[in-house]
Amino acid sequence: MAIVVENLTYVYDEGTPFQTTALEEINLSIEKGEFIGLIGHTGSGKSTLIQHFNGLIKPSSGRIIINGLDISGEKVKLSELRKKVGLVFQYPEYQLFEETVYKDIAFGPSNLGADDEEIERRVKYAMDLVNLDFETYKEKSPFELSGGQKRRVAIAGVLAMEPEVIILDEPTAGLDPRGRDEILRQIKRLHDEHQVTVILVSHSMEDISRLANRIIVMHQGRIELVGSKEEVFSHGDRLEAIGLGLPQILYLVKALREKGMDIDQGVINFDGVERMLIDRLGGLR
Amino acid sequence: MIKIENLTYHYKTSEYESVAIQSMDLAVARGEFVAIIGHNGSGKSTLAKLINGILLPTEGRVLVAGQDTSDPGQIWEIRKTAGMVFQNPDNQIVATVVEEDVAFGPENLGVPSEAIRRRVDTALEQVHMTEHRLKPPHLLSGGQKQRVAIAGILAMEPECIIFDEPTAMLDPIGRKEVMETVETLNKEKGITVIYITHFMEEAMRADRIVVLESGRVILDGEPKVVFSDVERLQDMGLDVPEVTLMAHGLRKAGFPLKLDILTVEDMVEALWQLL
Repeated sequence: MAIVVENLTYVYDEGTPFQTTALEEINLSIEKGEFIGLIGHTGSGKSTLIQHFNGLIKPSSGRIIINGLDISGEKVKLSELRKKVGLVFQYPEYQLFEETVYKDIAFGPSNLGADDEEIERRVKYAMDLVNLDFETYKEKSPFELSGGQKRRVAIAGVLAMEPEVIILDEPTAGLDPRGRDEILRQIKRLHDEHQVTVILVSHSMEDISRLANRIIVMHQGRIELVGSKEEVFSHGDRLEAIGLGLPQILYLVKALREKGMDIDQGVINFDGVERMLIDRLGGLR
Repeated sequence: MIKIENLTYHYKTSEYESVAIQSMDLAVARGEFVAIIGHNGSGKSTLAKLINGILLPTEGRVLVAGQDTSDPGQIWEIRKTAGMVFQNPDNQIVATVVEEDVAFGPENLGVPSEAIRRRVDTALEQVHMTEHRLKPPHLLSGGQKQRVAIAGILAMEPECIIFDEPTAMLDPIGRKEVMETVETLNKEKGITVIYITHFMEEAMRADRIVVLESGRVILDGEPKVVFSDVERLQDMGLDVPEVTLMAHGLRKAGFPLKLDILTVEDMVEALWQLL
C-alpha cells in the first residue's frame, strides 16, 4: 500500500475566531502503482489533503502512512519523506531560481548529499522524463525558456528526487493545448514505465478521465465519491450538483439515453462512445 | 472599431530578432465579439499589445476608433477607448480596497471625483461585485478578482476591451463567472470584445473566431465554420470540442453527419436523422 489515510481531520486556525475545518474524517488508501485523479473545486480540501502527503502540514487528528512510514508522528525526518513523495505545486515555474537548468534540477539531489556522479545521473534521468535534451538545455538559464519548458524543468526538479509517489497540483494550468498534452504524456510515461504512483489534481474532467485508473472527488473537506471512472461518472447529477460536471462526451451519452437509446454503463470514454455509435449506425446499413 | 493594415512586428534583442506578426490585415466591427485562438507563440498576445499601443508596429498600422497607435499624442485616448484585461488577476490589482482599485483608472484620467464615484458604482454593478466593494482584494476568489480588474477597465468607459487569456488561471467556477460577464458586456452594453483564449468552449461563444499561426491569420469566420476544419486545427495543436471530433470520426467512417456540429444538441439531432 503506497498511502493510507486514517480518520484525517485538519482544522485551520484552531482556537481562533477564524477556525475552519478543511478536512473532516478522511479515510483513504492508495495502492502502489495506481494513477489517481483527485478532483474538486476550489475550497474542497484537495490542496490541504495533498500538503499532508509530503509533510507540509500535520493532521489535527488521524494518521497518514506512506509506504509503511507513519508521517504524522513527531519524529519523522522530512528528508526521508521528501525522497518518498514529490509534490509539484501549481505554477511550479515560479519556483525556479538557479542560473542553469542543470543546477536547478540538481538542487534536490545535492541536498540529499548525493555525489556528483549520482547527481548527474539523476538530472539526466529527470530531463529525459520531461523530454528536455540534456546537452541542449543543461547550461541554459531557466529564464530563457518558454512557459511550458520552464514548467518541465520545475517538474524535473521533483523527479530528480526519484520519489515513489508524485503528486501534481494542476500541472497543466495556463498551458496551451499542445503544452498540456505534452505534460500529460510525460506523466503517463512516468507512471507506465517507471511504476511511480501518481496523484493528479485537476479541474479538468477530460484530463482525469483520459489518465486516471481511479478518481477521488472531494467536496467541502470530505470525500464525496471514490471509485473507478465507470462508478464516478455514473453519478453525473451529483458531480454537477457540486459544480464539477462530466466530460462533454458523457453529456452526449446522457442525452442519447434520454432519447431512449440503450447504452451500456461501461461506455465512458471517447473511443468507447465512438465504437458504440459506429456499431449502431453501421447496423442500419 | 479596430483596423489593422499590413501589420508586421519584430521582437528584437541584442542576440536575435524574431517576427511575431507578419503582414496582417484584420478589421473588427463595433459591437463584435471576436475570439482569437492559436498556440503559444502564434502571436496572439503580441497582437493584443499592438492594439492597445503597448507595442508599436514595425511596419503597417493599427487604428483604434480611427486613431493611429503610432501617434504618441493619441496613446492615452487609445487606451481609454480600448482597455485591456490580462491573465493574472493578482498582477492587475493595485489598491487595498476593491472600490479604490476600480477608481484608479478614472483618477488617472483626471475624471472629477463625483463622476468617479458614479463610474465606480456602475462598473461594480456591471460585474456583480457591488456587495464586495469595501473588501480587500486578497480575500476574493480568482474569478472575483478578475471581475474587479474588468470593473477597473469599465470605469474608464471604453468602447472596446481586449481580454488576454483572462480565465487561464481560474477554476471552472471563476471561468464561468468571467465568461458570463464578458458576454453581458458585449450583448447588453454593446462593448466590442477581443477575446484571446485557449479554451475552445469559450471561443465557441464568440460571433467570430480568428485563428493565428506564426503571426498570420489562417482561419477567420463563424465558430461553426472554423471548427469544421478539424484536421487543420488539430495539426496546429488546438483543441476541438469532443462532439465535433466525434462527428468528424463518424464522417471518416462513412456516415454523412453535417459539418457544423459543436454542441451535444447538434450531435444528438444529427444522429437522430441517421438512426
